[in-house]
Amino acid sequence: MGTISLKNISKSFGSTQVLNNLNVDINDGEFLTLVGPSGCGKSTLLRIIAGLEQQTSGDVLIDNKNVNRVRASERDLAMVFQSYALYPHLTVRRNLETPLRLRDYNAFERLPLIGNFSPSKKEKTESINQLVNKTSETLKISELLDRKPGQLSGGQRQRVALGRAMVREPVAFLMDEPLSNLDAALRVHMRSELSELHNSLKTTFVYVTHDQAEALTMSSRMAVMIDGNLLQLDTPQEVYDNPSSLSVAQFVGSPKINIFKGTADSSGTVSFLNVNLKRKSSESNTDLHIGIRPEHLEITNESNENTFSGTVAYRENLGSDIFFHVNIEDGSNKIIVRGLPQLTHQISNGSSVNIKRVSDKALLFNQAGMRVQFTNA
Amino acid sequence: MEAKQYIGEGWKHAILIIGAIVVMLPFYMMVSMSLKSQQEIQSISGGLIGAQETQTFPVCVKTGYSEETCTMKPYQYNYWFAFEKAPIPRYLMNGVIVTLSIFIIQVLVALPCAYALAKLRFYGREFVFSMVLFCLLIPVHGIALPLYVMLAQAGLVDTYSALILPWTISVFGIFLMRQFFMTVPDELIDAARMDGMGEYAIVWKVMLPTAIPALLAFAIFSVVAHWNDYFWPRMVITGNRDLFTPPLGIREFRGGIDSDEFGPMMASIVTVTVPLIVAFIIAQKRFIEGITLTGMK
Repeated sequence: MGTISLKNISKSFGSTQVLNNLNVDINDGEFLTLVGPSGCGKSTLLRIIAGLEQQTSGDVLIDNKNVNRVRASERDLAMVFQSYALYPHLTVRRNLETPLRLRDYNAFERLPLIGNFSPSKKEKTESINQLVNKTSETLKISELLDRKPGQLSGGQRQRVALGRAMVREPVAFLMDEPLSNLDAALRVHMRSELSELHNSLKTTFVYVTHDQAEALTMSSRMAVMIDGNLLQLDTPQEVYDNPSSLSVAQFVGSPKINIFKGTADSSGTVSFLNVNLKRKSSESNTDLHIGIRPEHLEITNESNENTFSGTVAYRENLGSDIFFHVNIEDGSNKIIVRGLPQLTHQISNGSSVNIKRVSDKALLFNQAGMRVQFTNA
Repeated sequence: MEAKQYIGEGWKHAILIIGAIVVMLPFYMMVSMSLKSQQEIQSISGGLIGAQETQTFPVCVKTGYSEETCTMKPYQYNYWFAFEKAPIPRYLMNGVIVTLSIFIIQVLVALPCAYALAKLRFYGREFVFSMVLFCLLIPVHGIALPLYVMLAQAGLVDTYSALILPWTISVFGIFLMRQFFMTVPDELIDAARMDGMGEYAIVWKVMLPTAIPALLAFAIFSVVAHWNDYFWPRMVITGNRDLFTPPLGIREFRGGIDSDEFGPMMASIVTVTVPLIVAFIIAQKRFIEGITLTGMK
């Protein structure tokens, strides 16, 4: 089992409040991602779960047991660090063995030389060896066991760090940006490996990242944190489609969501630029932020009351997609529009284009940045 | 490489060679004098090793040996007589006991202190560290007298303790190791904690192995300083020749019964210096190899 509950967790360093009354329930076997811009407190939260940091107030429950006063090593969690934190003076094998030796051997058996006289040590050593071999086979690092961390590449170190966490068969894995020291190609590759590993281990993963792409691709649920507050906790698709606030909408998704200044008139009908959405918001007579993702805008030849025009400032070709950075005609906004290469290959920097909204797809936020719902379809 | 570069490199080497000669010359004199006879030393003749003529040495005869025993080549005589006249192995052993004890206890004290100052958060840490820095400013000679009085009160004068105890807490060691520990990533310590190590286990099993290069640098400072120390042993070892450290031992050859005998004196100095030089050469190799921290960053 591996459920983790955080109840009313707050943390402050001196007078700086870094975590603000957080409540998270992590289910057994879930891949939960804590995601947010740097400095949002996500790593602190992970360290509080691990027991490396003490919360100022609130409770941490692992498998429904309160562990506020339980030391990090006794919480039966394993952590993978951004810098891997392998013991530089030990071989890979010894690195993997260390957590097991500390857990299984008693104080006498850990003594050099005379520890070997303990009758039970041989058996324990046997089982440690088996676990290390099993783990290294799973991670395909068997041939690296006799090397030192300094002789390994970044990806190999990453695997060894994972292995050191896995050998103990903990109730949950905590990962603190484990992929951010890898190069881009390897990072993408390791994403899928981590997901596979999670599927085969069926253990709880708590994963911290500032990269929303990692959060979207790997997690069963993601928790978006900004400035020490938990803004939204939901499946990646739901967070992407239905962000609860403007900050979440802007953080999740790449390229960033386009934000237009719009208004709701007395009847609640929403419009921006010259476009009328023909839909009503629950708030009327107010200024609104209207968020439309780049893939929900398209370049068109039409020019009517549903389109607006602008000039292409920059054409970003990704092969499968082309993103156009467009300056809108009234100069108020720079937006990003996705276009299919087949349809838009003739458009170059400086051309003026008409942009059409794909119907139904728009998100409304009020002046405070909170989500506003449409009242009609 | 072009000729210009050769000239540039040549200049650097020329300057370095001159520096090396200046540094090496006393050693050359020491070795040379330890091999030559008294006459050759006083007349500054004979080059590096002298003529090595078999002769009878008058000082030796006067000390009470038979003429037959006192007839040999100068280099044999110098080293033989040095060991005959003073219990040099005993002095060397004392030197080893004292310097090693000092170094080991210094490490036992400095490593946990440095770890606490570098990596643990506790109230008053900055104050304690500023005290460490303050203690670095206190000259040894300034507190020598009070230290001596305290040791005398405790009845420890003329014991190994008097030679060792005052040096066991090295603020320099604490400072040096603290600066090094600051560069060790916190994540490594967190990983050790997650693995189940206690704070002391972290100091000895994680911090110590990563700190080997810094520790070696400190070892060289500490061992050289205390092996060569003349001032302090001279103060606290007042009578017991069995406790003499090597520098005190060399003093035995100064103006003995028959004026200065440079040959045996230099021979004893060579024997006292060689262990340090050998130790340094061995340490230097480890120094350069070190344990790379590349596994961590």
